[in-house]
Amino acid sequence: MTTPEVAERSLEPTQPAVSVTDLEIQIAATRTPVVSDVSFDIAAGEILGVVGESGSGKTTVGLALLGHARRGLRIAGGSVLLGGSDILTLGDEQLRRLRGGSVSYVPQDPASSLNPALRVGLQLREVLEAHARDRDGGQIDERVAEMMREVALPDDRGFLKRYPHELSGGQQQRIGLAMAFANRPSLIVLDEPTTGLDVTTQAHVLSTVRELAGLHNVAALYVSHDLAVVAALARRVAVMYAGRIVELGTAEELFSAAGHPYTRRLIGAIPRLTGGRTLVGIPGHAASPGNRPPGCAFAPRCSLRIERCEEEIPALRPVGPEHGVRCIRAEEVIATEQRRAGDPIGHPAAAALSGALRLDSVVALYGRQEVVHSVSLSLAEHECLALVGESGSGKTTIGRAIAGLHHNWTGKITLGEMPLQASARRRSDEARRRIQYIFQNPYGSLNPRKSVGEIIEQPLRVFGTARGREASTRVAEMLERVALTAGYAARYPDQLSGGERQRVAIARALVCDPAVLICDEVTSALDVSVQAAIVELLGNLQRDLGLSMLFITHNLPLVRSIAQRVAVLHQGTIAELGDVAQVLGAPEQPYTRQLISDTPSLEVAIAEVGLAEPEVS
Amino acid sequence: MKRLTSGGVPGFVIRRLLLGLIVLLMVSLVVFAATQALPGDPARAILGRSATPQSLAALRRHLHLDQPVIQQYLTWISGLLHGNLGISLAAQEPVTKLLAPKLVNSAVLVAVAAVISIPLSVAIGSWAAFRREKVFDTLSSNLLLVLAAVPEFVVAITLVILFATTVFPRVLPSISTIPPGSRPWDHLSFLILPTATLVIAVAPYVARIMRASMIEVLESDYVEMARLKGLPERTVLIRHALPNALGPVFQVIALSLAYLAGGIIVIEFVFNYGGIGSALQESVLNHDLPVVQALAMLIAALYVALNLLADVATIVVTPRLRTRL
Amino acid sequence: MIAGSGITPSSAGITAAADVPAPTVRPTSLLRRSLRLWRTRIGVIIVGGLVLLAIIGPYIAPYGPSTPVGVPNATPGGKAVLGTDYLGQDVLSRFLYGGRNILVTAFIATAAGLIVGVAIGLIAAYARNALDDVLMRIMDVILAFPQIMLALVAVAVVGPHAWVIVLAIALTTAPRAARVARGAALPVVERDFIACSEAMGVPRWRILFGELLPNTLGPLMVEASLRMTYSIGVIAALSYLGLSPNPNSPNWGTMIQENQIVLPVQPWGAVMPIIAIALLTIGTGLIGDGIARTAAGIDRARSAE
Repeated sequence: MTTPEVAERSLEPTQPAVSVTDLEIQIAATRTPVVSDVSFDIAAGEILGVVGESGSGKTTVGLALLGHARRGLRIAGGSVLLGGSDILTLGDEQLRRLRGGSVSYVPQDPASSLNPALRVGLQLREVLEAHARDRDGGQIDERVAEMMREVALPDDRGFLKRYPHELSGGQQQRIGLAMAFANRPSLIVLDEPTTGLDVTTQAHVLSTVRELAGLHNVAALYVSHDLAVVAALARRVAVMYAGRIVELGTAEELFSAAGHPYTRRLIGAIPRLTGGRTLVGIPGHAASPGNRPPGCAFAPRCSLRIERCEEEIPALRPVGPEHGVRCIRAEEVIATEQRRAGDPIGHPAAAALSGALRLDSVVALYGRQEVVHSVSLSLAEHECLALVGESGSGKTTIGRAIAGLHHNWTGKITLGEMPLQASARRRSDEARRRIQYIFQNPYGSLNPRKSVGEIIEQPLRVFGTARGREASTRVAEMLERVALTAGYAARYPDQLSGGERQRVAIARALVCDPAVLICDEVTSALDVSVQAAIVELLGNLQRDLGLSMLFITHNLPLVRSIAQRVAVLHQGTIAELGDVAQVLGAPEQPYTRQLISDTPSLEVAIAEVGLAEPEVS
Repeated sequence: MKRLTSGGVPGFVIRRLLLGLIVLLMVSLVVFAATQALPGDPARAILGRSATPQSLAALRRHLHLDQPVIQQYLTWISGLLHGNLGISLAAQEPVTKLLAPKLVNSAVLVAVAAVISIPLSVAIGSWAAFRREKVFDTLSSNLLLVLAAVPEFVVAITLVILFATTVFPRVLPSISTIPPGSRPWDHLSFLILPTATLVIAVAPYVARIMRASMIEVLESDYVEMARLKGLPERTVLIRHALPNALGPVFQVIALSLAYLAGGIIVIEFVFNYGGIGSALQESVLNHDLPVVQALAMLIAALYVALNLLADVATIVVTPRLRTRL
Repeated sequence: MIAGSGITPSSAGITAAADVPAPTVRPTSLLRRSLRLWRTRIGVIIVGGLVLLAIIGPYIAPYGPSTPVGVPNATPGGKAVLGTDYLGQDVLSRFLYGGRNILVTAFIATAAGLIVGVAIGLIAAYARNALDDVLMRIMDVILAFPQIMLALVAVAVVGPHAWVIVLAIALTTAPRAARVARGAALPVVERDFIACSEAMGVPRWRILFGELLPNTLGPLMVEASLRMTYSIGVIAALSYLGLSPNPNSPNWGTMIQENQIVLPVQPWGAVMPIIAIALLTIGTGLIGDGIARTAAGIDRARSAE
């Protein structure tokens, strides 16, 4: 079912299924507001998307619709009207009957939301039993089987006897969906239900959600950080920043002419599948509850800010029939042309004859199982090659093998003229210095006991490249290069945000002038706007320093913004290898085509809604 | 052989059993080496400085000390496996006959203590977790902390001071000597203080672990989800929380029971209770090597058995671990 | 592996955390922060007080430990403020002399056991292969003996010398500390900054003690105080059982045993050392609990971001 059809349905004149007014949620101990001033309506059968980055409060709002606040938080004010009564005034027993009955919740992480010690069949039954005590055992059994069929899972007893860990991620999430729709609720809150799932699984889950919501005329709140996904699913979208809704309108309006500077920048930071442009991120990071500035929370990072922005918090005011924006300069923003685009991706100088890195028939194993089957590829100097694939494709294993972190491989890997040993420990200092690796998790790749300065200095010490005063100067230089000030050297990782930590990791990798930089999913753990900033930085550094870069990711559109060539990996072999524009624009292999079509992309969503993407100047 | 490397739960049990036997084997080597193969003459140590050369020689022959060390070890091991634990040097009786009634005494003591302390600590821990940071939790946590820190014999004597001699004199007996020939359950009042001491020695630790485990479970995503499904609170606690909280606790329970095996050594001495604990202490003072060896092996075997039981119980309660087998 | 069936590395848990800084926890600050809790302070005061008492006790005792000052088992009065023991010696004086032995032995034994145990645990966690298994199996063998039993057997075989007791306690402390060290180190070993150092070719011992150890100090400090508590208990129990190096020298443990018989008549001979040992172990227990709570509080604050 496409969005226009859903849109049609909700135009029928009915009472909204749920009506939220002035919702306020605070940290219980300190009364610091986390979410303020949130109001919206959702009609029956309509899906409202709520988009925001981490710390925006979107999950907290979602849970409040069930009358629930996480430990340490309390719902301080406002009302949530469902079917005429205010949920926030209900007593414990009434709330219990409400949850799972008229309102249900689909959690973000299906694996941890299912009880590992209970069979899935039991967990499905109990949601029925808790809400309809007049049914007998046989009826419940039938109903469970029906629920399984609705979500395209096997309905036999054998399957129901399984434990959650015996199911795949996609299957677990379908069980979650089945439980949510079981009692035909009037409202469903979906909290990023496809995060952590592969693109193909994600596509299936999204289509199931669309189908069921339409079929049973259920109002839905879809919380996500992924605008592309939300655009494909929801007719109206609310954008949250620092605990407030900063813009609320139809998907069309937001994409064609957003009114809030943050929304604009967010859309600009989303990787595009088509048109190779670098990404433009938003500098800085969102303030946490308690540290928010007086006045507009986005002002410190906004290029359109004026003095009045810092004086008081703007109200959410209507700028169109269904469009509200919390910005005093909204009309100006809407009138401007959409987005400041990045530069087109250049191609390396023609003199890239000698390869920087070569893999010849590399076979990698985990224990006795082969996970990479005889892969050969080459990385030219000054080039950025992307390795793309889903989980289990072997892309990370290849990266780690090149760096010597994974020892169990055969074949040949040469760096320039030098053949490399399987394990980093056996390699020469020179080899180790020339290949550097950046890890995915910014929270794990820096030693919490060392200061930033010590962390960046470590390679200099280990490789003996510089010491003492010279080393300190070098460290300060690198910090400036990654857009952090030299003052950061005295700080500790715990005092930095995720984006800042990745910058430190990049500084550490580049301080010894490596030849090859391997980036392993370096932005997967970061917010969209931070991701854009980091990719922007990496792109610039690669060009300025003439690095050869291997960019490993599962995010197809992201590849477009940084790489010249791309290798698509599927179950340990290269499915397709070639120029980025060609592979992504006109793929030859069926697997690549499948992957691209399953990837929710902004362009596809915009196209569905009936708009053409505006020309970029 | 396939059973050994895979084979689900039974295979796991067999592997653990084999591992346990290997540990016991190594323990026996250590015990043997420690007691018989060390420099210094056990015969002289036993008979004292005034012993005549003939009696020394006779004792050495009697203890097989004239044979090569390996031979001595094998003799001892085969004796163990046949139920022949040697002859006590102090009492000149077979060790088995000597220890059997004492084993029963200790077993009763430990069993009663276990039966009381385990449910008690699970209940206290769960309730403290459920009513977290409220009055019961704060009070019980601090009390348990204090009780867990104090050594058992100090607890024992404090109880004696409180209930037997000084504060409330003669409420309970200060000495719990079971007359030879009779059984512990005929003298229940003798059991009260030693059992109380054992319970206080073990329960605090288990309760604190239970509380920590239960808190973690109560904050888990799946318990939150169960509440968001609208399940009654009782179902959430009993069906969803408790089984997952108990998993890690089994290990701790086994360790605690094994700890009791060491604890009774001192406590039986305090109360003059005729069990294997006081027997060990006596035999150590008397250099009664066969008895020391036998008791060491016994306690080690008990420990290994309890650990095996805990591992199996954890697997049963945590289905997720079963697939890795 | 089936494509599309697994979970991509961008695990939900990581994205769920807000992209904001988390509070710092370094070992010095962990200790300082834990001192803010009343329980840690009380623990430090108690332990400090008793250590002080043990050190200066012999200098302030009114009589020597073996000087008869009156009728045996006399109640408090006259020359003996707390009465006399079964040999007519002054209870107060013997009490003031009696703490040194236990504290010194406990401290040395625990420190030795901790150093060895932590080293083994860290090496096992870092090695993660056959070496890990072998080391842990050896630890298991030692763990098969309750602490006090091993000490008893050792004393039985070699004799009640001070070094035997120290060695026995250290030997039984090591595997317990090793288990905790290994448990604390395993999650750290998995973290990427260790892999990063390995990729740079940093020598193994440097990684162990320069990067791994500093990141496990929290749980190790808690375990250290726990081990200290148990060591004190076991050493006192050994003395109580009559296995101290010199049965006549004043020792809290032996004092209890000597005076237990006369509890109904003259309790002070046993009560004083009982109170002292109880307070000492409660004090170390409080310190350990204070550190544990501070560390847990920091963890909770960090994950709530």
